[in-house]
Amino acid sequence: MFYREAGDYKTSYPEDSQTFPIKFDRIRYYAVLAVAFGIIPFFINDYWANAVFVPFLIYAIAAIGLNILVGYCGQVSLGTGGFMAVGAYAVYKLMTAFPEVSILIHVLLAGGITAGVGVIFGLPSLRIKGFYLAVATLAAQFFLVWLFNKVPWFYNYSASGQISAPERDILGVIITGPNTTAAAKYLFCALILLALAWLARNLTRGSVGRKWMAIRDMDIAAEIIGVNPLTAKLSAFAISSFFIGVAGALFFAVYLGAAEVGESFGIQKSFLILFMVIIGGLGSIFGSLAGAAFLVLLPVFLKNVLVGMLGWPTDLAAHIELLIIGGLIIVFLIAEPHGIAQLWRLAKEKLRLWPFPH
Amino acid sequence: MKMKFTALVAAAMMAAAPALADLVVPNLSYRTGPYAPGGVPYADGFQDYFTLLNERDGGIGGEKIVVPECETAYNTEKGVECYEATKGTGALAYNPLSTGITYQLIPKVTADGSSLYTPGYGRTSAANGKVFSNVFNYPANYWTAASVAVNYLLSENGGDLKGKKIALVYHNSAYGKEPIRTLEELSKKHGFELVQLPVEHPGQEQKSQWLQIRREKPDNVIMYGWGVMNAVAIQEAANIKYPMDQFIGIWWSGAEHDVLPAGDGANGYKSLTMHGTGMDYPVYADLKKYVADAGKGAGAGDQVGTVLYSRGMYAAMVIAEALRNAQAIAGTSAVNAAQVRDGFETLEITEARMAEIGLPDFGQAFKSTCEDHGGPGMARIQQWDATAKKWNLISGWIEPDMDVIQPLIMEDSEAFAAENNIEPRCN
Repeated sequence: MFYREAGDYKTSYPEDSQTFPIKFDRIRYYAVLAVAFGIIPFFINDYWANAVFVPFLIYAIAAIGLNILVGYCGQVSLGTGGFMAVGAYAVYKLMTAFPEVSILIHVLLAGGITAGVGVIFGLPSLRIKGFYLAVATLAAQFFLVWLFNKVPWFYNYSASGQISAPERDILGVIITGPNTTAAAKYLFCALILLALAWLARNLTRGSVGRKWMAIRDMDIAAEIIGVNPLTAKLSAFAISSFFIGVAGALFFAVYLGAAEVGESFGIQKSFLILFMVIIGGLGSIFGSLAGAAFLVLLPVFLKNVLVGMLGWPTDLAAHIELLIIGGLIIVFLIAEPHGIAQLWRLAKEKLRLWPFPH
Repeated sequence: MKMKFTALVAAAMMAAAPALADLVVPNLSYRTGPYAPGGVPYADGFQDYFTLLNERDGGIGGEKIVVPECETAYNTEKGVECYEATKGTGALAYNPLSTGITYQLIPKVTADGSSLYTPGYGRTSAANGKVFSNVFNYPANYWTAASVAVNYLLSENGGDLKGKKIALVYHNSAYGKEPIRTLEELSKKHGFELVQLPVEHPGQEQKSQWLQIRREKPDNVIMYGWGVMNAVAIQEAANIKYPMDQFIGIWWSGAEHDVLPAGDGANGYKSLTMHGTGMDYPVYADLKKYVADAGKGAGAGDQVGTVLYSRGMYAAMVIAEALRNAQAIAGTSAVNAAQVRDGFETLEITEARMAEIGLPDFGQAFKSTCEDHGGPGMARIQQWDATAKKWNLISGWIEPDMDVIQPLIMEDSEAFAAENNIEPRCN
């Protein structure tokens, strides 16, 4: 009734090709932005920022990055944790070497460095596919973790190999370190997510994204119609790694404040982000956000319900939490193998017809 | 969904918040995950000691102590969540039993004004109170442990380690890497050769490390392990018939559950310890009467008297004494976080006081000052008797070589101060 294309007249090409062709979607999009930037920053406290929003926003950036590679370009990667570590150690080295430069520039540079590393580890994708590529990226994961453990230069020769984020600011507003306000942390991550999600959405709608999808759907056919697999695959690796590097930089500098490569960026992190992408929906920006929300917010929610409200012992609650999340993942993937994004798409299809189903 | 979530969390936080006058000491524990075998007894000992104070004495200075427990699973992200969830409740001191979480909390507690107490773990250079105002790691730390182990080997070898080969088997994390610098300095000073063998988390796979030990035949093996890594290492050492009395673990590698799986093979294994163990202390009579028999014991109640239970109790005892000290200085029983920090900084634990508490000769006496948050750093050696299934103390208190450690502490803490623009205090 209210959710339909009919009656929403487009009179120019830009209007015709906009991201949200339906008026209701556009209003919803602006409403979400208004809540995210106009309301939440005024009410957020340290708990909500550090336990809920900041991890969600950072994982969402990483999930979008991995979705570009796996969902849009079809190149399976298990090296996400290692690439996040590159971002984290790059931002640490930059922060300590150039303390007077704005942290935003450092974060973007860290993303750029990760993009370079990603391209190098993306080179095997030109020769191998599928599971074999997954194994090659797995090697990247283990190599990078080993490297940051082994070479003391990366952690400034500290005794324990831990890196700690010193206090840095943007135009006087503190962004990293213990004196950061909850609102500053949240807004910094939210703005970067907005910018990167916008970029990802438009890249995937444009010629670059179409080349990626052509490679994903059938690489030989894509080559025959003139898509260069070298540039398509390597650009996917570069852009995906840029996103993941930014996420890693934020994860260390803004969220954790101190990190250790094996514990924070181990193989579990690669799997966690891959699960976010699979559960959220391959090849969908919304799916990346939904997957990150599912795997970040649900454990915190369950913990607060089981321990805080029902007063269960913490160990029992922790085990039940694993059971519930595992069960929900199975239910989700049986009910909808294409992820939460597909459920959302189906809901929109139904909404278009509602209330007249025929 | 969002609204419900908000309402639920708000309700949960209100339910968890204790009355304002209580003394809140959160217990960031881990009863799940690969490190749970160590986390469970420690958390039980920690909880039970505070329960005892509440039941027997009505708290400290008439104030009840509240110990909200939060599960971290030894995971830094969950550690952050636990810290944020508990800090709004008026938390006075934290004891996360994880070096990784400690590194994250150091700047946070310093900014928020609460205290971090990390006995025998955490960041060693926090012993320099000039730089780390809110962190306390007395009575001993990772570097003093390394030095005590070497000093013990010196005394075993007639004061000379020249030409000896010592292997360090360590957990490849911040924790395990801590002693490397100290051991490198000591190897230069005493002329022994140091072989480093890292073991990846969680430590179930150690075949290659022990193969290397079999090949290189080090005279001694020092281990910095935690969790399942300890038991696997001791089993592997038994498998290659490495002489157990040449094998020394730090205090985190010296609990019953580490040696029991290897059975008789573990007989003679040595470890450091910074406190006594076993049930031969008067405090256990009170613990039984007021806590266990009253049905108020933490966990399953099967850990009482074990090594790590004793350590959890020791940490709780020191925190309780710091709270008491803070009350005495501030002249009020309802102390705040800043007053508790002062209580930690001027804390003195004497042998007489420990006897009064019911723990005579349990730990070393120490005194904290503005500059020194690290204590004397002594430790004793205990040895496992597999037939009696019991740890026996085989040495007195051994002093570390502070001439080597103090410059390292200064160097590391000054690097941290320079990175974070911290002005040294106590001038």
